Amino acid sequence: MYKKRSDGRKFDEIRPVEAKVGLIKRADGSAMFRIGKTIAIAAVYGPRELYPKFLQDHSKGILRCNYNMMSFSGSGERVRPGGSRRSKEISMLTESALSPVLDLSEFPGAVVDVFVEILQSDAGTRCAGICAAAMALADAGFNMKDLVSAVSVGRVEDKLVVDLDNVEEHYEDEREVADIPVAIMPRTGKITLLQMDGICSKEQLSKAMQLAQEACKKIYEVQKKALMERYKI
Amino acid sequence: MNIIKSHIYSLLEKDQRLDGRKFDEIRKNITIEYGVSPNSAEGSARVKIGNTEVVAGVKFEVIEPYPDQPDKGTIMAGVELLPLSSPEFESGPPNIWAVELARAVVDRGLRESGAIDFKSLCIKKNEAAWAVIIDVYSMNDDGNLADAIGLCALAALKDAKFPKYDEKSKKVLYEERTNKGISLKEMPIPVTVIKIKDKILVDPSLEEEECADARLTVTTLEDGRVCALQKGEREPLTIEDVENMIEMSIKKGKELRKLFK
Amino acid sequence: MGDLLVKDKELVIPGQDLATGMDFLPASGTFRDNDKIVATQLGSVSVNGRLIKIMPLNGRYIPKRGDIVIGKIVDMNFSNWFVDIGYANDAVLSSKEISVDYVEKGTDLSQYYDLGDYIAAGITNVSKLKLIDLTMRGQGLRKLTNGRIIKISSVKVPRLIGKEGSMISMIKDITECKIMVGQNGLVWINGPDGKKELLAVEAINLISEKTQEPNLTEKVKEFLEKRKKENV
Repeated sequence: MYKKRSDGRKFDEIRPVEAKVGLIKRADGSAMFRIGKTIAIAAVYGPRELYPKFLQDHSKGILRCNYNMMSFSGSGERVRPGGSRRSKEISMLTESALSPVLDLSEFPGAVVDVFVEILQSDAGTRCAGICAAAMALADAGFNMKDLVSAVSVGRVEDKLVVDLDNVEEHYEDEREVADIPVAIMPRTGKITLLQMDGICSKEQLSKAMQLAQEACKKIYEVQKKALMERYKI
Repeated sequence: MNIIKSHIYSLLEKDQRLDGRKFDEIRKNITIEYGVSPNSAEGSARVKIGNTEVVAGVKFEVIEPYPDQPDKGTIMAGVELLPLSSPEFESGPPNIWAVELARAVVDRGLRESGAIDFKSLCIKKNEAAWAVIIDVYSMNDDGNLADAIGLCALAALKDAKFPKYDEKSKKVLYEERTNKGISLKEMPIPVTVIKIKDKILVDPSLEEEECADARLTVTTLEDGRVCALQKGEREPLTIEDVENMIEMSIKKGKELRKLFK
Repeated sequence: MGDLLVKDKELVIPGQDLATGMDFLPASGTFRDNDKIVATQLGSVSVNGRLIKIMPLNGRYIPKRGDIVIGKIVDMNFSNWFVDIGYANDAVLSSKEISVDYVEKGTDLSQYYDLGDYIAAGITNVSKLKLIDLTMRGQGLRKLTNGRIIKISSVKVPRLIGKEGSMISMIKDITECKIMVGQNGLVWINGPDGKKELLAVEAINLISEKTQEPNLTEKVKEFLEKRKKENV
């Protein structure tokens, strides 16, 4: 029985969230998203020329994401620089989480680059990266059907939890934890990213997705506020 | 000739810089922030020089000392020029500019200055010693990343606290941080000066960097002695040039040093 | 029947509902999703009768025929220059489009425009695949010599120019600078001295930051006059 979370949160409570837009002046758009101790910074450059040429799509621009963890961002040992299979996978996931909202038809053959750097990680980095990237794209002025908000939900023993922290992600008994990152288009509640590590019943999964939608509503409000703050009179 | 270059030249003839600064004036808004990644990095900092921004972090590891230095630890410095910080930087392994910055600005400055007492990093002679690993990342390039990087590495070291080391299990207990920091015996401060035509300018802006005929990064100590030098760009320098640039760096180094007090 | 969910000039973000019902029509920066009109850009709402559009606060430059842009020569071959105008593709300036003089085949093109030169050119054509053709034939189109170049977001250009050029004329007058604004957001400034140019730069950056504010022309004028007094 999972009785209490290490930081005393309720099971459906997210950690404190903070966001800021427009911090990287040279980029076309940028944002920082922080959830608990996890800090992600995203910057957008584009549209720009895409090489090699065979990757170009002549009907519209393409989105290319690059997720990277700074060497000192992990709470234990130093992270070897240069990316890994994990960071490549997350780069691809970030791209597929954001593509559905973007309209890049005005930029055929071009690429829009999104760079996500993790400054500090305490679980939920891929979701934080997606939240930051979505704000950065909006900051850059791209046409987007919606923002994208993301959070990890999951199961620890018998409880469904929202926003797993590091302790929960590395729960002692692997069979008793499931980690489910979810990205959502807030307007319609539709899902653009869904992954799971662990085991869940289908009822638990349904409930987990609902919890994700609820949590993303709160995250969306923070993202919205940060975007408005940027241009506040 | 490029319009920006020719404009910089004509302004320089009138003793003016593009952004209105004097030749020996560093940008006004310089900030140092400590502990930007306190949960994961054992030491971290963020430095802004105008709009140029970098972050750095320190991680400790335990290694077996080198056989010829059985009672000493080591430091290792890395710099990455992130594509996030400029449209000019590409993804991939550090390019030669990043490597030069790591070696010439961070590493050399720290090593040659005697800032770190390597013996104090020894845990058990011949068996275990601390390796201090500094990683610096560019966050926004608006000129003079070199100085921002050098200052940030220093700040991150100042902020650093050793984690606990369990001698029995020979493991570093990262979750348990001690109150002990690295006592820096010196604070090597880098100052970059460029030469455009016959004019010498400190703290180059982005446009000025692109027109620089020669560049000299001078790292100085508190007593004014020079502990590292790195010349860059294509044009040669006269001895007088170098002396003038060193003069300017010593002066400006004193100003920057105050930021750490 | 329809309901406006936001006020005119209100700041909205992508995905935000702007109106319900079939009464309103979605214009630029918005789309219709069943009975709702939704914003697709970060910007302020502009309601004009039944049309709802978004005035974006930032955005990428989309080249259009007729635009005058400032670009940098980044490459050339025997008969063309390739010009970076801040778009994904470089624009092309043919040697046939540079002046009324005939350029002989085989002439070294760099004697006209060299790598790194900045030019003010006109867009004559944008193809479906966004291949952009430029010309130097036209009033005011020329190689830019002496002066500085700064960049603002292309969506702020109309604000910088002002109604019938009122804002930009005011800045030129007070700062005594020659200024040319490219539709792509690049701005060329050439003044009697560096200080006056910097004043113009400050004014332009101010406009960039406060595009949304009402009475901006007044505010910028006040700002310029105040700074001019301080500088003397």
